[in-house]
Amino acid sequence: MNFIPLFVIVPLGAAFLMPVVSRLWKGMSDVLGNLAALFLMVWSFAALQMGHETTVFYAGGWEPVASIPIGIAMVMDGLTVFMLIIINVIGFAVTLYSVNYMNHYTDKAKYYTLFLLMMAGLNGVVLAGDLFNLFVFLEISAIASYSLVAFGIGSEELEASFKYQILGGTASTLILMGIAFFYHMTGTLNLADASTVIQQLGTHPGIIFVSILFLVGFSLKAALIPFHAWLPDAHPSAPAPISAMLSGVVIKVLGVYALIRIFFNVFGITAMPSVLTIFIVLGSVSMVAGAFLAISQSDFKRMLAYSSISQIGYVLFALGLGTPLGILGAMFHLINHAAFKSLLFLNSGAVVYRTNTRDLDQLGGISQKMPVTGITSLLGSLSISGLPPFGGFWSKLIIIMAAVESGHFALAGVAVFTSIVTLAYYMKLQKEAFYGALKASFGKLKEAPFLMSLSVILLAIVVTGMGLLLIPEFKSVILDPAVKIISGGLNYSKLVLGG
Amino acid sequence: MILFILAILLFLIGLYGVLVKRNLIKMIIGLMIMEYAVNLIFTLVGYRSGGTAPIVTDSISSVLYVDPLPQALVLTAIVIGLGTTALAVSFAVRIFEKYDTFDVRKIRKLRG
Amino acid sequence: MTLIVKEITRLMVPSIILLGVYVVLHGHLTPGGGFAGGVLIAGSFALMVLAYGSEETKREIKMWHATFGESMGIFLFWFLALMGVIQGTHFFTNILAKGRTGDLFSAGIIPLCNIAIGIEVAAALFAIFFTMAVMRLGEKL
Repeated sequence: MNFIPLFVIVPLGAAFLMPVVSRLWKGMSDVLGNLAALFLMVWSFAALQMGHETTVFYAGGWEPVASIPIGIAMVMDGLTVFMLIIINVIGFAVTLYSVNYMNHYTDKAKYYTLFLLMMAGLNGVVLAGDLFNLFVFLEISAIASYSLVAFGIGSEELEASFKYQILGGTASTLILMGIAFFYHMTGTLNLADASTVIQQLGTHPGIIFVSILFLVGFSLKAALIPFHAWLPDAHPSAPAPISAMLSGVVIKVLGVYALIRIFFNVFGITAMPSVLTIFIVLGSVSMVAGAFLAISQSDFKRMLAYSSISQIGYVLFALGLGTPLGILGAMFHLINHAAFKSLLFLNSGAVVYRTNTRDLDQLGGISQKMPVTGITSLLGSLSISGLPPFGGFWSKLIIIMAAVESGHFALAGVAVFTSIVTLAYYMKLQKEAFYGALKASFGKLKEAPFLMSLSVILLAIVVTGMGLLLIPEFKSVILDPAVKIISGGLNYSKLVLGG
Repeated sequence: MILFILAILLFLIGLYGVLVKRNLIKMIIGLMIMEYAVNLIFTLVGYRSGGTAPIVTDSISSVLYVDPLPQALVLTAIVIGLGTTALAVSFAVRIFEKYDTFDVRKIRKLRG
Repeated sequence: MTLIVKEITRLMVPSIILLGVYVVLHGHLTPGGGFAGGVLIAGSFALMVLAYGSEETKREIKMWHATFGESMGIFLFWFLALMGVIQGTHFFTNILAKGRTGDLFSAGIIPLCNIAIGIEVAAALFAIFFTMAVMRLGEKL
């Protein structure tokens, strides 16, 4: 009995049971959804405990023959565990939050079904050991998130979701075409096996073609500028817990994780340094443009969505530096961003829940009436704008240090400048929404319901303590294994296949 | 090789439909054409000239089979395509209900 | 629809369903399988809806029939895959005897998986068709 597939089995089983169970007893869907999410979170920490050796699970017991894999493989290594913790911790906070928040909407059982399908897809993407399973799980989570974005079936939600679906569908077909040519070129779909084949191929014209398809496809999923058109519509339109999930987790898993796995571990980044340059260009453009687009927004959630583009730009820029320090910065910023962006989106949900508006011009001073939401969002804003005691400061510092170290002085300056712009628009957000004079219409405002506040407080504690990840005891458990896998590059195939 | 080029041409036709057409339903059709073009490419990848259907029975023979893996994958991709298309069409129906039009130029409640 | 269409549909539908069931059951032996057979069965339902009109169909078949079939089909598949874990081996492990190639009762759990997929696909496709063709806009499911 192997513990790896439970990350996919449990959410799938809970999702399939949900329609039947909720028919018997209405409140059961909350219990089942939260139990499944709690199990996943505990299990992801258990995975952390079980050491960081690369473990491979072959579905149905189809072991490799002469170290050529023939079955479906699920691979768990340092990077996978790192992503699993992000997915499942945020996922649990979000399900806890949904218990109250989704009372706004009609059919909670359908919501939990789709949400758990999305979780199964995300866990599957990070565990997949071959390209086609990666694609299938990617599509599962993508289809679930298309319908979750439109869950309110208002005209705006539908429009945003349709846009998301057309661009996401285009990205998926590009990725599938990439997989087809990848198979044509290497004759295998297993990532580890393909990696060895590609090393033997040397410079093959097909590699460039496939890389372009994957780059465009996964950049569309990660919403890097210029492929970002869907994100500022889709993320604000979704229900707040789904916005938190989309911005905090989905774009990272479907976009950044897939790019890392394919380009660092399979193609090998040393063989194609031009990909690193592309990462730097895409990353720095997204970083700057996202920040400037965010300043001019007057919609709470839309500002957060543009800020996501900007922060993902930081991650990709740091990855593009290619040095171990840069990769450490990228991974640290990834986990930081997951924590504070989902916290901020959940705060925005609490504001919408009580005031029914997310227009910054109509909000004001609500921190007096909603202290928990006010304080936690202040913590999140301070962390994302990079003020010292918080994790956001350290991750940005590492990224800037890595940029200076590798000789990109101008780009390091750009990163510092973007960080100042980020501080500016988060201060604008805080001032217009939470501080200043209380609007007369908000006299009877109450704090958000208990479970919503609880999940927000939990995330706020995570955000505040995120700086501790740099202490060697924690760093060697969570960050270092992930960095080791990425900077280890082509060692991946040796680790998976053994020998 | 010519078949690959034709399949990629089909893909580009679908991409043209998605990018240029202003009607939601035509955009969905464009997306479907893209999906089918990719499925064709995938099937072509597995083709061996002169190969037969890969049904292996007890008697082991040295017959040349076409590669069965892409066919299995294409079947999966078709099922996924079915799901996305059904979802997109149902959204288009809902959008028509809200906006009374399929024209994307008139469906613009969101800014930017 | 006219009487001719209705009568021919009435005669055709059982044989279409039979063909669908045949394709599902022989999925491990011949081309086809759960998906193709399920599509055939769903197609026969769609044919009935087209011939007899949506009002009559709504009297006979409720939406929750399709939803329930879908949930059960996919849950059965999940459970079959989980049987391997319950037996103490891997997820998706074959737990039945493989039998002789070419027999109807062979290939372990694959025929059972095909049946589960057949139920799932038939119910899901019918649910899609039902929502798009039969339900009016804004109607409660």
